[in-house]
Amino acid sequence: MAVRISGARRRALPAAIAASVLLVGCATDSGARPATASASASKPGPGLNKGYSHDPFPSTYKRYPGVPTLVTHVTIFDGEGGRIDDGSVLFADGKIVQLGQSIAAPAGATVIDGTGKTLTPGVIDIHSHLGDYPSPGVQANSDGNEATGPVTAEVWAEHSVWPQDPGFSRALANGGVTTLQILPGSANLFGGRSVVIKNVYARTEQGMKFPGAPYGLKMACGENPKRVYGSKGREPSTRMGNIAVDRQTWARAAEYKRKWDKYEKDGGEQPGRDIAMDTLRGVLSGEILVQNHCYRADEMAIVMDMAKEFGYHVSAFHHAVEAYKIADLLKAEGTCAAVWADWWGFKMESYDAIGENLALLQKNGACAMIHSDDANGIQRLNQEVAKALASGRRAGIDISDAVAWEWLTYNPAKALGIADRTGSLKPGKMADIVLWNGNPFSVYTRPEKVWIDGAMLYDATNPKLRPVSDFELGQPGSGDVK
Amino acid sequence: MKRLLLLSVAFLATPAVAQSVAITNAKLVIGDGSAPIDGGTVIVRDGRIVAAGKAVAVPAGMPSVDAGGKWVTPGIVAGFTRMGIVESDGVEETNDTAARGSPFHAAIDIAPAVNPATSAIPLNRAEGITRAIVAPDNDGSIFAGMGAVIDLGSDRTPVTKARAFQFMEYGGGGSRSGNSRPAMIAMFRNALAQVKDYLRAPAAYADQGKDALLTRADAAALVPVANGTMPLLIHVERASDMRALIDLKRDFPALKLVFVGAAEGWLVASEIAAARIPVIASALTDLPVSFDQLGATQSNIGRMKAAGVIVGIGTINDDEARQARLEKQYAGNLVALTKLPGATGLDWNAAFAAISSVPAEAIGMGAEIGSLKAGRRGDVVIWNGDPLELGTSVAAVYIDGVQQPLRTRQDALRDRYILPGEGALPKAYER
Repeated sequence: MAVRISGARRRALPAAIAASVLLVGCATDSGARPATASASASKPGPGLNKGYSHDPFPSTYKRYPGVPTLVTHVTIFDGEGGRIDDGSVLFADGKIVQLGQSIAAPAGATVIDGTGKTLTPGVIDIHSHLGDYPSPGVQANSDGNEATGPVTAEVWAEHSVWPQDPGFSRALANGGVTTLQILPGSANLFGGRSVVIKNVYARTEQGMKFPGAPYGLKMACGENPKRVYGSKGREPSTRMGNIAVDRQTWARAAEYKRKWDKYEKDGGEQPGRDIAMDTLRGVLSGEILVQNHCYRADEMAIVMDMAKEFGYHVSAFHHAVEAYKIADLLKAEGTCAAVWADWWGFKMESYDAIGENLALLQKNGACAMIHSDDANGIQRLNQEVAKALASGRRAGIDISDAVAWEWLTYNPAKALGIADRTGSLKPGKMADIVLWNGNPFSVYTRPEKVWIDGAMLYDATNPKLRPVSDFELGQPGSGDVK
Repeated sequence: MKRLLLLSVAFLATPAVAQSVAITNAKLVIGDGSAPIDGGTVIVRDGRIVAAGKAVAVPAGMPSVDAGGKWVTPGIVAGFTRMGIVESDGVEETNDTAARGSPFHAAIDIAPAVNPATSAIPLNRAEGITRAIVAPDNDGSIFAGMGAVIDLGSDRTPVTKARAFQFMEYGGGGSRSGNSRPAMIAMFRNALAQVKDYLRAPAAYADQGKDALLTRADAAALVPVANGTMPLLIHVERASDMRALIDLKRDFPALKLVFVGAAEGWLVASEIAAARIPVIASALTDLPVSFDQLGATQSNIGRMKAAGVIVGIGTINDDEARQARLEKQYAGNLVALTKLPGATGLDWNAAFAAISSVPAEAIGMGAEIGSLKAGRRGDVVIWNGDPLELGTSVAAVYIDGVQQPLRTRQDALRDRYILPGEGALPKAYER
């Protein structure tokens, strides 16, 4: 399943060619400009993607120390469909070292007997609003939708994320979530940039930010944008209005990209900066991944053609309750579907949701995953997959537990462009690991231990490894098991 | 095609005649908190349970079903829902939960609005839910109106008990309608005072239209609340708010209070138990989503139960129009807590009772629904596994002794799209 991410979609010239073009331009321009021309006009461009910073808020995340750890006699789902019964996993220095039936304990390693337990990659939630719609959900904390215009590609979710959201601790302790994407809401057609974080509390959002993860652009189809703006008496008030404003915006973005690409390569007059257009240019150059809220099958099909028209790719449709109706189209486009297990009917566009959505997508070879969009649901994504799996099996779609685990880790990692670093237990990858106290597809099972980059950050048997956000400190039930 | 036809015939039929059935060879769960009985039998005669247990003989001539060792339980009683009064929350035209702009509040009776064709009903029926406590939502007053208990049978008569309770919102959550807590208490005390005025001289109680603090209809609706013949369900989450309501009950001892939600109930569990106030709690609330529930923890129900509170599971403000089926998963999660150090959960038997007999008892209908004890309605479910486990499906559902159709609209969509792409004709011709 090819999920195209930044590299494959990039239209940039290789760096060496770009440099020689610039040198030529420099020689040609030298001395040929009138004296009145600005100094910059006579200089070569700064180089592709070097005209302005693409990372002004860099990650300051540092992994916490861990100890070399060997878990033995444990059932392993490796996240890429593999399963080992009575197996062993060794990790050290923040990375997965080895998986196998039996591994000799290196000197000094902590050995954990995993008998009766299950070890998996940490859960990845591709759709969360922890931090930008945090608890307590008071108006003062409501920072997820810049619902003042249908096109707000200029906003970045990370500037809303409150790192003290108590929800992060619940997602860790109850859900085994180690990585999550925080998105702007769906009021707008272009909601703004998402951010991918590791589920490790920090004083700043940048301290949680997943190093090197691509940004996402949140887009939205359907009812929400047309309702929000239609009720204000402005475009879009219809689905056709949604697509019209989308296309107008992409057309502007293409022009912005052309100007900046030219300037960065050839120099000349520096184009004006537009923070919204920076993000859309990032999409068109393959650097930023489109994460598109879209329920209905017919709308997803339209969006995929719009993407072709403007030369971008939809990484994943979120809330894709009708994805099962177009599993073949999604497969053909290499676009993933992120869905719930059993949410349905809360609005018109969710009316046709069925429990077999994930299983039908898998059966037809499309890239599928679970997601939460919810501070409670994120605590039980393993249970959501268990329900979806059971629905599929009842419909005669036989998917193994180990393959279903891809819906929780590897597939979201692919759709986020981080599958080379996390999402499965391949040696060399981040040691983002959950040890479950039973079969994670049973309602009676909970995370027992969670490691992120090899550091044990939750242990059900150790109350000191129960994170408490600043907000909850000193409140009723502070430090309680939640 | 044939199954669909049967379903539509069932809908067209006159109210189903109660039936008799014996289910034998069951892993039998009574629903009262007792342990499952292997090799159990349950007898339903004319729509009512007549016996359930180990040494129960099947009466001669009664139709009998061999459960083959499967789990057999009372149908799930959904503890707090808005099922049947809204098709889709986002589709305003279908939403009868709240009455914005109505001059009436306590007088609102949701029973006539319950629509047995609401798609949530067959869906939840197919997942083993047989009865639901259905409440209106408030708007403009602390009083939301009178809720009903419904059955999920595929017939035209969904209401088991109309005007089963009054529903009220209290505290910082819900629709505050511009009220402070003291203003809500003042409104409550004034309402009960006006009920007394009304009772003194019903004919003289002038209906003052919209300017009245309590319309005549609202006063009349609150009479059974004031005299304790109708339970008053109050949505309340904060510990201090529950204490305030317990104090209020001291002034009005006839009130039959039931707390709904009660996220911080564990902090006042002994007081709730002493006041003999049953609770229909949200099982897995564990976030400080508001300042009313800073102490929220999944151990809430377990701790309340341990303190002697009668506590069942409900789903207020939790997709309660259509996802009552999740109560099984919620109950299972409370069992999971028993393995989690420091947490307090429920054992399996108590967890099942929390979604069957306990919510029924909480609203005073424990003698009618929620268990397989003799005399209860013949609501029985045969399961293909542990009913609290994820993915366990339902083999058969009986409501009032009548076997129910289990096919849903979702099943039809699944079957249409089991293969992608159109065939010889468009998908619209596949059914």
